[in-house]
Amino acid sequence: MLDIKNLHVKADNKEILRGVNLNVGKGEIHVILGPNGSGKSTLMNVILGHPKYEITGGEIFFEGEDLTALKTFERARRGIFLSFQNPEEIPGITVENMLRTAKQAVTGTKIKILQFHKELLALMKELQISPEYASRYMNVGFSGGEKKRNEILQLLVLNPKLALLDETDSGLDVDAVEIVSQGVAKFHNENNSCIIITHNAQILKHLPVNRAHIFLNGQIVKSGGAELVSEVSERGYAPFEVES
Amino acid sequence: MKSYIQDIERALYDVRDEDKSVYKSDAGLTEEIIRDISTRKKDPSWMLDFRLKSLEVYKKISLPTWGPDISELNMNEIVTYVKPNAKQVNDWSQVPDEIKNTFDRLGIPAAEKKSLAGVGAQYDSEVVYHSIQKRLTDLGVVYTDMETALVEHEDIVREYFMTLVPPKDHKFAALHGAVWSGGSFVYVPAGVDVKIPLQSYFRLNAAGAGQFEHTLIIVEPGAKLHFIEGCSAPRYNVTNLHAGCVELFVKEGARLRYSTIENWSRNMMNLNTKRALVEKNALVEWVSGSFGSHVSMLYPCSVLHGEGARAEFTGVTFAGKGQNLDTGAIVVHAAPNTSANINTRTISKSGGSATYRSAVKVTKNAPFAKCSVNCESLMLDDQSRSDTLPVMDIEGDEADIGHEAKIGRISEEAVFYLMARGISESEARAMIVRGFVEPIAKELPLEYAVEMNNLINLELEGQL
Ligand SMILES: Nc1ncnc2c1ncn2[C@@H]1O[C@H](COP(=O)(O)OP(=O)(O)O)[C@@H](O)[C@H]1O
Ligand SMILES: [Mg+2]
Repeated sequence: MLDIKNLHVKADNKEILRGVNLNVGKGEIHVILGPNGSGKSTLMNVILGHPKYEITGGEIFFEGEDLTALKTFERARRGIFLSFQNPEEIPGITVENMLRTAKQAVTGTKIKILQFHKELLALMKELQISPEYASRYMNVGFSGGEKKRNEILQLLVLNPKLALLDETDSGLDVDAVEIVSQGVAKFHNENNSCIIITHNAQILKHLPVNRAHIFLNGQIVKSGGAELVSEVSERGYAPFEVES
Repeated sequence: MKSYIQDIERALYDVRDEDKSVYKSDAGLTEEIIRDISTRKKDPSWMLDFRLKSLEVYKKISLPTWGPDISELNMNEIVTYVKPNAKQVNDWSQVPDEIKNTFDRLGIPAAEKKSLAGVGAQYDSEVVYHSIQKRLTDLGVVYTDMETALVEHEDIVREYFMTLVPPKDHKFAALHGAVWSGGSFVYVPAGVDVKIPLQSYFRLNAAGAGQFEHTLIIVEPGAKLHFIEGCSAPRYNVTNLHAGCVELFVKEGARLRYSTIENWSRNMMNLNTKRALVEKNALVEWVSGSFGSHVSMLYPCSVLHGEGARAEFTGVTFAGKGQNLDTGAIVVHAAPNTSANINTRTISKSGGSATYRSAVKVTKNAPFAKCSVNCESLMLDDQSRSDTLPVMDIEGDEADIGHEAKIGRISEEAVFYLMARGISESEARAMIVRGFVEPIAKELPLEYAVEMNNLINLELEGQL
């Protein structure tokens, strides 16, 4: 589904990604583990074509199509979704309005207002977001945890083929991580894929992880099975630094 | 590829009618012209005296030395009085076709049927249509043009007229006192709640002319009114001048909401003066949209004169190419426990300049005054300008004054966030701009809110 080959990326003339290789198949869940500042968020942003990053080498394919020529919204319409590490606040645009507009954009069909409203409220209930948040402005005044649950709400509404979750569990209390984890489990099936960036095994509780990757210094230095997650929580990244 | 916010769609307003006025004063300003206007308008003699005194004041005062450049305004070229070829009626079918068509295009008769309790329509210098629901006249509500008021309610007019905005206030107030014509008079007796809004629409058709309508509204104790004012004009290559004057008297415990949508053409100098005198526990709410004109200087003023008086000001200004819109609000706290809220958004694009200017004064008679000012500006490109110039002058004790100002651009991170949800770049930018004015848009009368959203139209060129 996603195939990244020898990707090199610069921002502000600084090399951030130094040859990333990653292949995520249909139905798979991959985990990326890596210290702060290693370039994980950059990789997510580049997959969606953030204008601040310059690709200096390598390729990104999504379902066989070269993504690099596409604009961000075109990539989203192909079925890629990013749960942002730091979701933006957008004053004056309500959660419901934005999501309806987005849903219309990705499905290319007109969405009925009332029916959408019902579906949205049902999903909000599952994520334990209180209904008045539908008419609040996007992320404005939301707590860190509320913003993250709101990202998962968007994931469930837009139902993409590939979900990129960038530290969606960071800063959440145990119960909130559980809600997020169940939300992702609800989303996932054999036809879609996830890349989950995390520092914490708890979010993976309900998820069948296929592969885990250690990300250091702009590169994947080691890949393996789910067991890497517990290895990192026990021993940190130091052993992998030696390996790299 | 390039995305941009379109200029306001002006085609609707720009349709100009052939000038079929029956009388036009000579250009410029002389005692002779004033006497002539006064005679034609059949003024009582005190009004002629008032006009002549105003003219004397006008000659003595110089132009303001601050604010936008208005030097291109040549009073010797402005025609101060244009009488349309129409008598005032209360039935649209009797309004001459060309004039009626104009108001039809602007949607006034349709709005009247749907959502208004009374309508006044002024064309050039005179009001051509006026109506009010019988239910309201039965309650003693008066809604009429100023000329009729001067005949039928002369005492009231004489008691209030230009007492709140005296001619000596500034040069254009003096000019207004000398040449005013048309406008609306509203009187709401004590305790009456005029539940449905009244609306006056001002249309300036003649080229090189001035419009100087006077609006006088008196809301007696405990009464309630929502008044809507709309303005537009077609575009000419010569400068037109609008120097209207609005005086609002909001008595004890009364409430007045005054909504204005100003969409003058881009050759208009809009130098308008609006002021409210707010008595004990009364409330004035200003909702103000400034989209048109070449130059605007507009700072509605609330004088909080009685204890516990309140003012709310909500404003949006959109300055496009060639426009210099200098707008804001003034609040004078002159009694204890008075409070005010000023909330504005300004947008500038394509080289337009939008300035937010406010003055909050707390006199020493106004302990425990509360005022909060929030003004935000958005510049849509690098050629456009935005300034905020708030002035505070606090003498009263225990004043609680808050001020927040932001000048910014569209956040590229926010655009990316929306695009990451599949929303196109142009739509993302439009959504952000609409979101920016949302707190104001939701205060506008519905048809104007829809109009404003249409104004913020986005186009994407070269999209795949
Ligand atoms: N737009 C940018 N401009 C300059 N430097 C950046 C930019 N984005 C990220 N970086 C830098 O790249 C490195 C990796 O950042 P990031 O991808 O956010 O790491 P992670 O998500 O792994 O914590 C950091 O040193 C960060 O400061
Ligand atoms: Mg990160």
